[in-house]
Amino acid sequence: MSATQELEFRDAIRDAMSEEMRRDKRVMLIGEEVAEYNGAYKVSRGMLDEFGPRRVIDTPISESGFAGMAIGAAMMGLRPVVEFMSWSFSLVAADPILNNAPKMLFMSGGQFGCPIVFRGNDGAGGQLGSTHSWSVEGLFSNVPGIKIVIPSTPADAKGLMKTAIRDDDPVFFMESERMLGMKGDVPVGEDVLVKFGQALIRREGADCTLASWGRPVHFCMEAAQELAKEGISCEVIDLRTIRPLDIGSIERSVRKTSNLVIVDQSWSFGSPGSEVAAQIHQRCFDDLDNHVHRVHTEDVPAPYAFNLEQEYLPNTRKICEAVRSATYNA
Amino acid sequence: MDSPRGNLSMPTPTTDGNSAHDVHGGLPIPRRAANRPVPNAQLLRGWYREMVLIREFEIRCMQAYQDKKIGGFCHVYIGQEAVAVGCVAALKPQDPLVTAYRDHGHALARGMTARACMAEMFGRVDGCAKGKGGSMHMFDREHHLYGGHGIVGAQTPLGAGLAFATKYEDEVMNNGKSSRVTLCFLGDGALNQGAFHEALNLAGLMNLPVIYVVENNGYSMGTSIHRGTTQSHDLSSKALGYGIDATVIDGMNVMEVYHGMKDVVEKSRRESRPAFVDMRCYRYKGHSMSDPRKYRSRDEEAIWEQGDPIGTFEKFVLDQGAITQDQIKSLQKEVKAEVRDAIEFADNSPVPPLSDLYHDVYREPWGKYSGTSQPRMYGGALNPPTFRATREGDGLI
Repeated sequence: MSATQELEFRDAIRDAMSEEMRRDKRVMLIGEEVAEYNGAYKVSRGMLDEFGPRRVIDTPISESGFAGMAIGAAMMGLRPVVEFMSWSFSLVAADPILNNAPKMLFMSGGQFGCPIVFRGNDGAGGQLGSTHSWSVEGLFSNVPGIKIVIPSTPADAKGLMKTAIRDDDPVFFMESERMLGMKGDVPVGEDVLVKFGQALIRREGADCTLASWGRPVHFCMEAAQELAKEGISCEVIDLRTIRPLDIGSIERSVRKTSNLVIVDQSWSFGSPGSEVAAQIHQRCFDDLDNHVHRVHTEDVPAPYAFNLEQEYLPNTRKICEAVRSATYNA
Repeated sequence: MDSPRGNLSMPTPTTDGNSAHDVHGGLPIPRRAANRPVPNAQLLRGWYREMVLIREFEIRCMQAYQDKKIGGFCHVYIGQEAVAVGCVAALKPQDPLVTAYRDHGHALARGMTARACMAEMFGRVDGCAKGKGGSMHMFDREHHLYGGHGIVGAQTPLGAGLAFATKYEDEVMNNGKSSRVTLCFLGDGALNQGAFHEALNLAGLMNLPVIYVVENNGYSMGTSIHRGTTQSHDLSSKALGYGIDATVIDGMNVMEVYHGMKDVVEKSRRESRPAFVDMRCYRYKGHSMSDPRKYRSRDEEAIWEQGDPIGTFEKFVLDQGAITQDQIKSLQKEVKAEVRDAIEFADNSPVPPLSDLYHDVYREPWGKYSGTSQPRMYGGALNPPTFRATREGDGLI
């Protein structure tokens, strides 16, 4: 095992971007407040000082404009990293990020690709209300041509970000404001990358598989600990990327545990969670002891009040209830 | 027809003082060509041939569309030929070009073959995008054509991005100064899209060498510019608000387009700054093939047809002695044959294999297609698809 250092989630992302920018002059960072302000959430702290204003570029509040501009630059061969202060704000850039980036390669018959990374905060922050709390993977995972990355640890954040920057396709990289201060051991080394489409078993277990990604992975770990006290052994799988989706790892786990609970912080209707459920029902029909259970964000707009927001999001209690139900321990 | 705001100078030399055909309601258009040296005869003949080729190509497109050889939407360029030909003539071959969905003329002017363009519209494998783009999405890497874009205004931020990249290459990559200028075409309808305003603001703010050429044909689909755009009589105000210099050019006259654009391109290249051009023109046909043109009078069309850019230029090159009547006849014959050949070529080109559906979705695929569920395909039409790498050596990452 290589050496590690303890880093905050935000600094792991920053280190990944900085290392890739040192490696490749085509890589640049652009977005609102990324340069002189050092990042609205301090993810790009220090990058302006190191790379200067030609490669770390402040934009006005103009998502549609700068997202489209970065896509044009990517068509020419640059490798822009575009920060959305929040993925909720990416909705005003829907046309460039959904109609241009993922389709350029296809509709140009393979002539123009789009090696670009869009990144920013996804999911509910702290009481930000309905407009600022989107989990956009629910919307965007529907679109072919995009890769979607949702890390749950600083180590994965760094390794996946480096892979994203080196990838030749558009990558939507989703961070969580609630996790940016989280610390974790991160492998040291310029070439420690995490492959896309490779899930990680965070905890081994025998009775029920918990499949999740991003922040709710931690709720799953808490739930697994809780349920262990009741004699229910959970296997926790962290998918890490939604597209590509490592369905094989979930399938193998379900063949072992015969039960699956999916924890997805986007809305349930037409979501990554419903997709995983459909695929597992198709692949593991005879292996399942129960139908696949799903824990999602409640099917309502995000509320402001603290207690309502806690009830709105997936949480440990809901996960425990779902596992008990799935394993007939309710 | 709409009542225009002013009885001002007409964009065509055929103006009769009657404001009935003043669709732009615009200010007088400066004349530049008269005071400039005339380009050599070979160049003039080349431009004339390009314009005739685009016209003939579009006429045959309309026929092919009626014959159901071309599907979807099809927007022809008839009447605006001088714009594409004059603008491209003012550029260097390596200058990036991006445009909207009325893009066949730009593609041909940029050097795409009539065969590749027609085969694309026929949805055939020899099309410029292997039949996967269609009429509205013409791409040509070799000729620095970054598309045809189907969503109104969507290409305007892309144009800023192309210019951003050329400037970045010059300033950061140390590739030497290529000082490329990007040309971004848009229709007057795009003036009302948010993307256009954001693009202009960014281009002005970041000093991007991108030229926005508004092909102002007076109508966004069936809506006259007066009904959709403020300050329609003087579009330069749109650009001035973003600190960008604006120019009006007569888009019905290729000599005016060339000389006007030459100035704009040189300035943009020299100063590494954006520019905005109100290119006054007229489309002779409908917005698309299904448009009966009820929003404008046949009289108005007839008056504009008197100022046909090809007729005007034909007279000019004859007067200059750059071409003879016989040469025109043989050139027209040659062009007809070229387009006929393109139609035959497209007709004989194979349809794309069904497996093509799964190619070029990702540059770096992850092996067997597992991004979404694999619904059973009843009737055996398709086997479970596998993404194929688009480049040699690509595989699992």
